[in-house]
Amino acid sequence: MAQDGIGASVRRKEDFRFLIGRGLYTDDIKRPGQTHAYILRSNQAHAELRKVDTEAAKRMPGVLAVFVGTDMEADKVGGLPCGWLIKNKDGSPMKEPPHPPLAIGRVRHVGDPVAVVVAETREQAKDAAERIEVDYKPLPAVASIAAAIKPGAPQIWDVAPGNTCYDWHIGDKAAVDAVFAKAHHVAKIDLYNNRLVPNAMEPRAAIGEYDAASGDYTLYTTSQNPHVIRLLMGAFVLHLPEHKLRVYAPDVGGGFGSKIYHYAEEAIVTWAAPKVGRPIKWTAERSESFMSDAHGRDHLTHAEMALDKDGKFLALRVATNANMGAYLSTFASCIPTYLYATLLAGVYTTPIVYCEVRAVFTNTVPVDAYRGAGRPEATFLLERLVDIAARDMKMDPVAIRRKNFIAATAFPYQTPVALQYDSGNYQATLDQALKAADWAGFEGRRAEAKKRGKLRGIGVSTYIEACGIAPSNVAGALGARAGLFEAAEVRVHPTGSVTVFTGSHSHGQGHETTFSQLVADQLGIPFDNVEIVHGDTAKIPFGMGTYGSRSLAVGGTALVKAVDKIIAKGKKIAAHMLEASEADIEFKDGKFTVAGTDRSKAFGEIALSAYIPHNYPLDQLEPGLDETAFYDPKNFTFPAGCHICELEIDPQTGTTHIAKFTAVDDVGRVINPMIVEGQVQGGVGQGIGQALLENCVYDKDGQLVTGSMLDYCMPRADDLPSIGVATHATLCAHNPLGVKGCGEVGAIGSPPAVINAVVDALRDYGVKHMDMPATPMKVWQTIRAASPKQAAE
Amino acid sequence: MPQVSMTVNGKAVSATVEGRTLLVQLLREQLGLTGTHVGCDTSQCGACVVHVDGKSVKSCTMLAVQANGAAVATIEGLATNGKLHPMQEAFRDNHGLQCGFCTPGMVMSALDLVKHNANPSETQVREWLEGNLCRCTGYHNIVKSIQAGAAAMRGAGR
Amino acid sequence: MYEFNYQRPKSLADAAKALKSAGDGGKLVAGGQTLIPTLKQRLAQPSDLIDLGGLKDLAGIKVEGGKVTIGALTTHAEVAHSAAVQKAIPALAALAEGIGDPQVRNRGTIGGSVANADPAADYPAGVVGLGATVHTNERTIAADQFFTGLFTTALKPGEIVTAVSFPVPQKAGYAKFPNPASRYCVVAVMAAKTADGVRVAVTGAGPSVFRVKEMEAALGKNWAPAAVDGIKVAPANLNQDIHASAEYRAHLVGVMARRAIEAAG
Repeated sequence: MAQDGIGASVRRKEDFRFLIGRGLYTDDIKRPGQTHAYILRSNQAHAELRKVDTEAAKRMPGVLAVFVGTDMEADKVGGLPCGWLIKNKDGSPMKEPPHPPLAIGRVRHVGDPVAVVVAETREQAKDAAERIEVDYKPLPAVASIAAAIKPGAPQIWDVAPGNTCYDWHIGDKAAVDAVFAKAHHVAKIDLYNNRLVPNAMEPRAAIGEYDAASGDYTLYTTSQNPHVIRLLMGAFVLHLPEHKLRVYAPDVGGGFGSKIYHYAEEAIVTWAAPKVGRPIKWTAERSESFMSDAHGRDHLTHAEMALDKDGKFLALRVATNANMGAYLSTFASCIPTYLYATLLAGVYTTPIVYCEVRAVFTNTVPVDAYRGAGRPEATFLLERLVDIAARDMKMDPVAIRRKNFIAATAFPYQTPVALQYDSGNYQATLDQALKAADWAGFEGRRAEAKKRGKLRGIGVSTYIEACGIAPSNVAGALGARAGLFEAAEVRVHPTGSVTVFTGSHSHGQGHETTFSQLVADQLGIPFDNVEIVHGDTAKIPFGMGTYGSRSLAVGGTALVKAVDKIIAKGKKIAAHMLEASEADIEFKDGKFTVAGTDRSKAFGEIALSAYIPHNYPLDQLEPGLDETAFYDPKNFTFPAGCHICELEIDPQTGTTHIAKFTAVDDVGRVINPMIVEGQVQGGVGQGIGQALLENCVYDKDGQLVTGSMLDYCMPRADDLPSIGVATHATLCAHNPLGVKGCGEVGAIGSPPAVINAVVDALRDYGVKHMDMPATPMKVWQTIRAASPKQAAE
Repeated sequence: MPQVSMTVNGKAVSATVEGRTLLVQLLREQLGLTGTHVGCDTSQCGACVVHVDGKSVKSCTMLAVQANGAAVATIEGLATNGKLHPMQEAFRDNHGLQCGFCTPGMVMSALDLVKHNANPSETQVREWLEGNLCRCTGYHNIVKSIQAGAAAMRGAGR
Repeated sequence: MYEFNYQRPKSLADAAKALKSAGDGGKLVAGGQTLIPTLKQRLAQPSDLIDLGGLKDLAGIKVEGGKVTIGALTTHAEVAHSAAVQKAIPALAALAEGIGDPQVRNRGTIGGSVANADPAADYPAGVVGLGATVHTNERTIAADQFFTGLFTTALKPGEIVTAVSFPVPQKAGYAKFPNPASRYCVVAVMAAKTADGVRVAVTGAGPSVFRVKEMEAALGKNWAPAAVDGIKVAPANLNQDIHASAEYRAHLVGVMARRAIEAAG
């Protein structure tokens, strides 16, 4: 292993600029002549927009322009598109209501953009926005799944009767029902997977700019995937050709999915820039983020597991209602379907699964992917249900899992829900985690805690996820309206240093470091001789960006393939220079060598020759050393692992304190262990947040109760434990690096481990399930509600 | 419009501001010191933490006029001649940052902790960070970084 | 934030004059840790913001004559770290150490906190529980008369808090159950055994700080954690929100009271 190649915990390249305060985030950019936009948002959950009078606002000091939805409509601006078509059970397409960037005729959630004010300063724009008179005619709102699916519920969209976006299913219902009819036992759960607000620390921002001389547009934006934004906004919303539109996402301060989507503000500032004749900047205040960033999760589910008398899983039956919010966000529709139901086999041999999902519109912020996206919801229900089954059947939760695991020798393994797992060893990660967590010694610790008046519990979750999204033809067949490949260009400079242009885009994952390690390792050149460029459509090839833990498995593979091409060309050049046959040239440790001889050319010499082609096979080969590769994955990757949570509850207050958290994850080959551990810890932090702290609450009228960090509980340092992380690798079988992905596992595996531990701690109170988050009040109420008999047991 | 004068990272600066101009707005928008960030509007996230007269404060919750005459220190003032401060170095060494957005506030807050407590325990670090939110790291490596930074500073006699 | 006229008076008299002449539109700012967020949200629109930051002699801690007197501009961090406070009334130092976060404590002041009378703030429990006296530029006000309701106090227009003096108790303890999100008090209790009897003051639970006379009576007979067991506070008039129902708050009053007494020793 090279000192800074694959497998080394190389310190991150990007950290120096971040640590000296010289990162460049979108709001740090100050364009010459820049103006400021403020978006007036609906304070109504559902209302008819009878009139929006902007005259007084236009007369306010510093105001340059005020626009409303009909102004954009007059310019034939399109709606924000949804990137995935889901079909109903009967094969008909889902309902896709229009999503204008500024509301037209009706507002459908608190925060829905109504008007934009452009002024010299942000405060002036805000001052003026207060002078906009909006005549709302309030309409009855539906603010939850339960309210939306009630017969006779108010309708949000005329095109979507019953507030139903789609009614989808996977599996053979009749066959599953038949198994249930004969099952020895059926374990059941009803759960609500709590709605979350992503809250990346950097609020979203966008700057639109138009160069009247060239006709070129530039959008600076907080995006995980600038090319996707360019495509969606250019082709569908503003009708700008891609060669005249540059989208640049500089340093991005966290995303977790929330910065995948094409948002209204991006289109608004880009569209308005030529009208104002100056660049326009918009930056969200956090309270705006709460009501305009896509939220996550929000599922209402009933699930049942059929078991035989030995605790073997026979079938799984799931019915989920998924909240889409008021509009379809970019990838909203695929989250509760293909990223959810396809994971319901988990790590188990359950032979048959049926899942039906109804997606519903509500008067809330759109819901889309948030770290894990569908897979945490699947994992939570499955891992809770497994624990419930174990308890029902008086089995040990670890034993029931072992009994149903897919064997380590069974790969490739075809699940009943479309996916084919390529590799894994679930027994190994479980064993390693049990040992690290000292599972065997737990009852002693429980007894000791009891003496101190504390209720101690332990919970395990053995999860799997599918990431590295995705084979384009498979995704396309399932309704994706985009390809899901990745692209990389490797530009070797004349003296042998390298610049990589990648379609992946780091928003904290450290791509500049990991990708440099890959190149340094493969080319045998110093780590510091590699530069990674990302985020700017003017520089990088068309790539799909970073989400779904895909950067290394898909983007990294594209990079490896581009380097392969460099090496292949280098061999041709070396063969010429060394007067040998190309077939005899070997490349190793940065040198092209004639096999079996000591005749060689260093990588740098080959690069120089490619650009100063004096002694060069010009009749056979173009000069230059610059290669691009596009990689479309053959399959998903399947990280899996085991998380164990041990915690204590203070029965007097209901407060939960995590005593120990253990994660053992199989993320495939590890390129940079330091970065992988950091990704897992961060994911676990968010998973614990979902399990114990975070909850997005709307009141019944659709007002956002948790509209700031004063009410929405963000995990703090003293809420979280030290997070023990280890890995156990089985290699991905279908990409050259053997990598699987590590960005989401923490958020997927941890929530059920925490809640399983909470339920275990409360076992004497007859608690079978607790919805997330297990807040102090909820725990206290649960304890109080337990009958004295149960409490005394 | 009020005039303010102060030192920022040791350099004297003067500016004309509005009464309502926040210290963070002065730093970012007028002085171009964009290392100090704004992550919330309810004074909770701590991305904006700077030092005023040697104490850590939230620059989003202080008017620029209130810093008139003060000595302000920001993240940009820590490294000298391209060499990181031991606390910055500790964050890099211990992977105490991912997206980097909360990092300047974390580092500035950590330095104030070390002033009070040269050898903070894990619990003390976690409690001190009550006013600094991070969404990327789960705090694990931030806590480690701060303890390592404090140790390095003890070693260097800082 | 709306624009305002910023003033920074050099003396208490000038501050009082500025406040009076600004009338209803005048607002005092000290550390600003509550006011500035409020202004940022455009929830208040003062015409004049009168910054007390220049009145340096309003800051400082004195212990004499069995009293700890804390100047209005003294920050929470100064109270928390004061060796004199830690020695005389450790529960008060602990209370200050638990307010907000370190940065809030470096700016926020005792005067600002008591004048604001936030129902979820820590200081009201300290002031009432320890039987303190609030000093203003015009008079002194006993703690029991100072807090009059939700964000309201006995302060008259133009009146400025200058100091708070706390008689040193024989024993005192403070226990807080923070809101998981904001970390303000869901319920916090200051319990003190003083020369004038036992005082138990609760903040966070109701619209304003209140005393629990039944607990005071029980503790007066027997200063021990167990003395408050079984004494219930009715949830009827208590606050409720998504984090804590009135019933939960009522329950927590009992738990925090017991823990305050345990902390007092």
